[in-house]
Amino acid sequence: MTVMKSRNDAFGLLPVGLALLLFVWFLTFLPEVSDGKAIRYAMDWIPSLGITLSFLIDGLSLTFALLITGIGSLVFLYSNSYLSGHEHFVRFMLFLFSFMLSMLGVVLADNLIALFVFWELTTITSYLLIGFGHENETGRRSALQALLVTGAGALAMLAGFILLGMTFGSFELSEILLKSEELKVHSLYSVILILILAGTFTKSAQFPFHFWLPNAMAAPTPVSSFLHSATMVKAGIYLMARLHPAFSGTNLWLWTLTIFGVVTAVIASILALRQTDLKQALAYTTLMALGTLTLFLGQESGYAVTAFATFLIVHSLYKAALFLVVGCIDHAAGTRDANILGGLGRVMPFTAVAAGLAAMSMAGFPPFLGFIGKELKYAGALGVASEPIFVSGAVLIANSLMFAVAGVVAFRPFWMSERSNLPREPHEVSAPMLAGPIILAILGTFFGIYPDILQRALVAPTVASLLGNIEDSKDLKLWAGVNVPLLLSVMTVFLGLLFYWQHRRLRNILIVVIGRAPSFDRGWDRILDGLKGFAAWQTQILQSGSLYHYMFVTFATMLLSLSVAIFLKPMEITLPDHWVISWQGIALILLIIGGTLITTVTASRITAMASLGVVGIGVAMIFIGFSAPDVAITQLLVETLVVVLVAVALLRLPTLESEVGNRRPIDAVLAFGVGLTVTVILLSVLSQPLDLRLTEFFEITSWPEAYGRNIVNVILVDFRALDTFGEIAVVVVAALSSYALLRTTHPVSSDQGEQR
Amino acid sequence: MEALLAVAIGVLVAASVYLMLARNVLRFIFGLVLISNAANLTIFVAGRLTVGAPPLIAKGTEAPADGVANALPQALVLTAIVIGFGLFAFALVLMFRAYTTLGTLYSDEMRIAEPPEDAIG
Amino acid sequence: MNSVILIAGTRYLAGLLLIFSIYMLLRGHNEPGGGFIGGLIGSTGFVLFAIACGTADARRALRIAPQTLAMAGLGIALLAGLISVIFGDPFFTGQWLFLGASDSEKGLPISTVLAFDIGVYLVVFGSVLTLVFAMEEEI
Repeated sequence: MTVMKSRNDAFGLLPVGLALLLFVWFLTFLPEVSDGKAIRYAMDWIPSLGITLSFLIDGLSLTFALLITGIGSLVFLYSNSYLSGHEHFVRFMLFLFSFMLSMLGVVLADNLIALFVFWELTTITSYLLIGFGHENETGRRSALQALLVTGAGALAMLAGFILLGMTFGSFELSEILLKSEELKVHSLYSVILILILAGTFTKSAQFPFHFWLPNAMAAPTPVSSFLHSATMVKAGIYLMARLHPAFSGTNLWLWTLTIFGVVTAVIASILALRQTDLKQALAYTTLMALGTLTLFLGQESGYAVTAFATFLIVHSLYKAALFLVVGCIDHAAGTRDANILGGLGRVMPFTAVAAGLAAMSMAGFPPFLGFIGKELKYAGALGVASEPIFVSGAVLIANSLMFAVAGVVAFRPFWMSERSNLPREPHEVSAPMLAGPIILAILGTFFGIYPDILQRALVAPTVASLLGNIEDSKDLKLWAGVNVPLLLSVMTVFLGLLFYWQHRRLRNILIVVIGRAPSFDRGWDRILDGLKGFAAWQTQILQSGSLYHYMFVTFATMLLSLSVAIFLKPMEITLPDHWVISWQGIALILLIIGGTLITTVTASRITAMASLGVVGIGVAMIFIGFSAPDVAITQLLVETLVVVLVAVALLRLPTLESEVGNRRPIDAVLAFGVGLTVTVILLSVLSQPLDLRLTEFFEITSWPEAYGRNIVNVILVDFRALDTFGEIAVVVVAALSSYALLRTTHPVSSDQGEQR
Repeated sequence: MEALLAVAIGVLVAASVYLMLARNVLRFIFGLVLISNAANLTIFVAGRLTVGAPPLIAKGTEAPADGVANALPQALVLTAIVIGFGLFAFALVLMFRAYTTLGTLYSDEMRIAEPPEDAIG
Repeated sequence: MNSVILIAGTRYLAGLLLIFSIYMLLRGHNEPGGGFIGGLIGSTGFVLFAIACGTADARRALRIAPQTLAMAGLGIALLAGLISVIFGDPFFTGQWLFLGASDSEKGLPISTVLAFDIGVYLVVFGSVLTLVFAMEEEI
């Protein structure tokens, strides 16, 4: 254990340092980006397809990059203690760090294809992280679900990207964004938009694709904090924000994003109150935040976009902090059940303070940043292009419910009711685990008191990335005077207190109501079961495991397709004048046909072997007679070896018996049909003129360029040497596999085979 | 001659299809040998037949005489014969191994990897 | 197979076939022959040897395991194809060197193409013998 511990320290601090370095490096871009500049790096990747590896750092991507690396380094530090001594600790850190790099790739990439690759990398690393507890059935199921849902969406998105790239002849985002006007009137606009939104909605867990995110809480808490609240689930949000300048402003964009956002936000906040598991409750509030962000991305007004940019940062700060707090509670008390937890404040004072600060920000109390975020949300909601009452009402309900959930998650476990029997005697967690929640919570407070710092550094440049103009950014103020948003804030507090006070009763009602509603999670299972059933069904049809069946289907398909070809494009069969018929030729052909027929009908192994030999020799004679000495020699030698091998094998094989079975007449009909079509096709081919260009090239160049007089050999070893190389490789593989097969000294008997 | 050979190829193909549909894998392998021959002949015949003029360049000349045989299908067929031999040998060894392990030459009875439906339920 | 005449005759026949196979290999670029044919002829000699005297004798006479020969052949063919890269040509471009060439004589041609054909020869030779020896021994 001590060895493990020291290894943890060495490996565990490395990612912390690297993430911190990256964070500082990104900070150095801040002055330039705050002035509204964008920095672009590019290098060729697949030049033949016009794919470059290009990166763009502007307000939006820098905000994300700082959140990713900043929260990342705190989460790495936290994980050092949280998973201390875990047998797969190093693996965990590797996955998490790979995820961080992929996520950075997503937000920095300027090329759509590169962005897609990084996007998929986040999907895969997320899969590995959710399934980190792979011994556990739920963990595996959740991981696969997240992978399939986001992966399916990403495929649609790729199609959208390709359409977009082909429409504009460029995969560079910075170029596409300039062609906004052209795009909005383009006939493919709605197709491209819907395909891309399929990717962003699944990734950002918008209703009805929301079900994978709460399930993803099977992951260790640092992962939930980092991926499933602060960063990865915001990849979809990021992409919508990135494409906002190009796509926004149409009814389709406005309504799709608004409706999906509102529905997700309201449903998620109701579901959040229902949960008793603190982590699940937080997961649903994350959904609510994602819905709200989507909603604001649908708009174009300065308020809405400023609200988006502010809430993005606010949410990442407090939600990451709260997840980490829940991890601390879990670590210290051994449970996350809101019904059991209580009175932790006295034993875990620092955690309690961090939780309190983060929760105040979440609930939207002044002077926390969350308050400013909430005010802006109301301002933005009131300023939406249409139906402001509807949108503001939805935001009001969502905010009040969030207020209540903040109380349930971060207030009750610490200050309410004495603790009952906890699985573990709680204790204050260690400093590395406290660092994350405390720093994040303090940042939320600090920016609340000095909002103009955040505004100048990140919010305004982000707004500029979306709207193109830094002047559109609205001011972040703690006190904006008595106005409608302030009134709504007051209402939020009252409603929130009401919900919090009544949350147990509400929860009981919700459990009954939701229990009756259709579950998307179960629906998903049903879809998967259906797919598996379909796969099993078609496998049974296509893969019967019977050689006869396979061969019959193959030849019947061949017969069918060849006959259709003959029928659709009948060709005249002509017999050119120069077709000479010689008696020797006829004799040879009769020899071949005779040998073939005997092989087919005989029940004697020796006769079959001999007649096969006759056919082979007959074919070799054809090659000799028609000027192919090399081929003829090869055929003769191979024929000899075939006979030798068959003779050796026959020594140990039983005698042939006549084939019985009532399908033989059908087989004969099929065989006759295939033979007939082959003859007809060959005759029609022979009636067409022959294209000799390639042969002529070889004839002309064989001696002057390849110094060979035997054209066949020159083709084999010089002109088409690469093909020949492939062919001799196949020969070696065939020989070695046969050798291996024969040298299996202990043949697998049938019962041993089953044991394996 | 080409027309007659086309007929012979048809017979070869028909016979090999019939043999490959047999339950006995030894017959299947005979069919495999025949169908390789048929395929090689098809390529060869499709390149047209020439009597008495192999694709060689006489000493002292730069190019072959007019009307030599088509070299391209010959090169294709030559390697195809050798590969066909490799395939045949592998199939033969596989069949032989199957026989010594399972004690049957009938493909319907070789069901270790994919047991019949009723066995797996 | 214990015919004395066959055993005695085969030893010479196998040697002759081996020499003949090399002749076929070397002349292959200008006359019928080449690596495929040479390899088949050479292996036929040893197959005969194995049938007459047993595979143990045949293996001893061959000295090198046939699968090693096959793999070596594949390696030689690949190297012959890669050499052209040194000269800046695409893979498998033939490189020629005419030893003792003068204005009237072309000299003795040495080429990567010949090396490639030798590789083909070894592959065919080694593969066939790998198969036949194993079949003879296991069956």
